[in-house]
Amino acid sequence: MKVTVELSGGLELLFDKKKTHTLEFADKDEIPLRDLILYMRDNLLKERAELFVVDNTVRPGILVLINDADWELYDGIEYIVKNGDTIIFISTLHGG
Amino acid sequence: MQDSSNIASYTQNHSLDNKEIERYGRQLITPDIGVQGQMLLKAAKVLIVGAGGLGCPVALYLAAAGVGMLGIVDYDTVEIGNLHRQIGHRESSTGVPKCESLAAQIKELNSLVETKTFNTVFTSDTAIDIIKQFDIVVDASDNVATRYLVSDACVLTKKPLVSGSALKWEGQVTVYNYNNGPCYRCLFPVPPPAETVTRCSDGGVLGPIVGVIGSLQALETIKIINNNPQNGVLSGRLMIYDGLAAVFRTVRIRSKQASCQVCGDNPTITQLIDYTQFCRSNYSESAGKVEDRVEKEKILTVDQYNDILKSSTKHILLDVRPKNQFEICSLPNSFNIPIEDIDKEDSIEKINVWVKDDQLPVYLLCRRGNKSQDAVESICKKIDSKFHSQLKHIKDGLLGWAESIDPSFPIY
Ligand SMILES: [Zn+2]
Repeated sequence: MKVTVELSGGLELLFDKKKTHTLEFADKDEIPLRDLILYMRDNLLKERAELFVVDNTVRPGILVLINDADWELYDGIEYIVKNGDTIIFISTLHGG
Repeated sequence: MQDSSNIASYTQNHSLDNKEIERYGRQLITPDIGVQGQMLLKAAKVLIVGAGGLGCPVALYLAAAGVGMLGIVDYDTVEIGNLHRQIGHRESSTGVPKCESLAAQIKELNSLVETKTFNTVFTSDTAIDIIKQFDIVVDASDNVATRYLVSDACVLTKKPLVSGSALKWEGQVTVYNYNNGPCYRCLFPVPPPAETVTRCSDGGVLGPIVGVIGSLQALETIKIINNNPQNGVLSGRLMIYDGLAAVFRTVRIRSKQASCQVCGDNPTITQLIDYTQFCRSNYSESAGKVEDRVEKEKILTVDQYNDILKSSTKHILLDVRPKNQFEICSLPNSFNIPIEDIDKEDSIEKINVWVKDDQLPVYLLCRRGNKSQDAVESICKKIDSKFHSQLKHIKDGLLGWAESIDPSFPIY
């Protein structure tokens, strides 16, 4: 399966400054979103894991979108990610 | 020549005079605005929290559109470093309170608009009394604590909130607490850890980015005032603008949450709280004084460093600011390793050569003396403890240098 992960609001800085990552899981056809987040922490994150994950979920201040909709409109972290899904992580901005 | 009593009959069902009709003509003939929309704008009272990068375009567009009363809250004064993005201020207003400076520009643009200025910090003590005087609130602030404060205050006073934010090349905009939609707290029940919040003064921001976001906020405000059922007000949706990639994206966000502490079914927040404590940060964009986090022995003041320079004592000066900041200005003979690279293998290798082979002290430097403390701590984790005493950070950083030692050092 293939999943597209997008990062915005500065989160991309933690992931090699790349805003889009395509992840392939050859041996799977679905993956729980929780596992995907931990996979990202363990394999994609370059540094300072606590700026992305706290207590096995995304830290406060990050919105997670599943195919352009808030994960709260689905099952949140229990959502089962499927082939072709796009998961977006947005750090909220405060400046002005 | 007709007598003037007949002229009054040219316009019916509204009280716009000829000057207003002339001024707002293009707007009046826009579908779904019309005379009724213009009358609504004229009767509307909008509060703008923040007279900075977002607040300026919001205020100018709403004033130009003929919103009857604009309130502006800001405690800050105009600085020259604001002008690249805060287009409602002028060079001649340097040192003037931002709310006064912006109100003056509004008057010049449209003298029909009334302004109310609040030259004060927006706090739990003042927020409700100020907001109560208005129909709609625009969050054009620049810090997390104020965002929670404004949102809670809007829930408690039942006012819609048009929220915008920006940093670097990106912006976000949405409407909270409108037509039973979510509030800020529904979306963000827990404030972000302070170390994850990047301020514009650290990360930078571009004028056209706040211009775009502020313009969108002004437009959403006009739509809310206009109150046309066809208006697709940006509630329950978040618009994200990535200016660098030239991409707009509108995403669906959660609806009002039954569990929300302030707007939910069983609210626990029924009056304003201390938001600086809640967010562990100030009602201010400026970071304030940097606290000492490293041991005393690892701190060098700018005066002490100046003495070291004067005595020509051999040492390494290591500046840990981002490369693009280092390129703006730096102390002579300093090396640059950005903080995010400091604990990488080749950086540590270099530092080991300095402390071990060359037996030199290494002084860490940054803009304010904050990241340089992190740098000391990161390096200590990676090098042998017998060299730890050779590492010191320079307290107050380059800003301290400019303030106490050499005022000719450029400030950004
Ligand atoms: Zn809420």
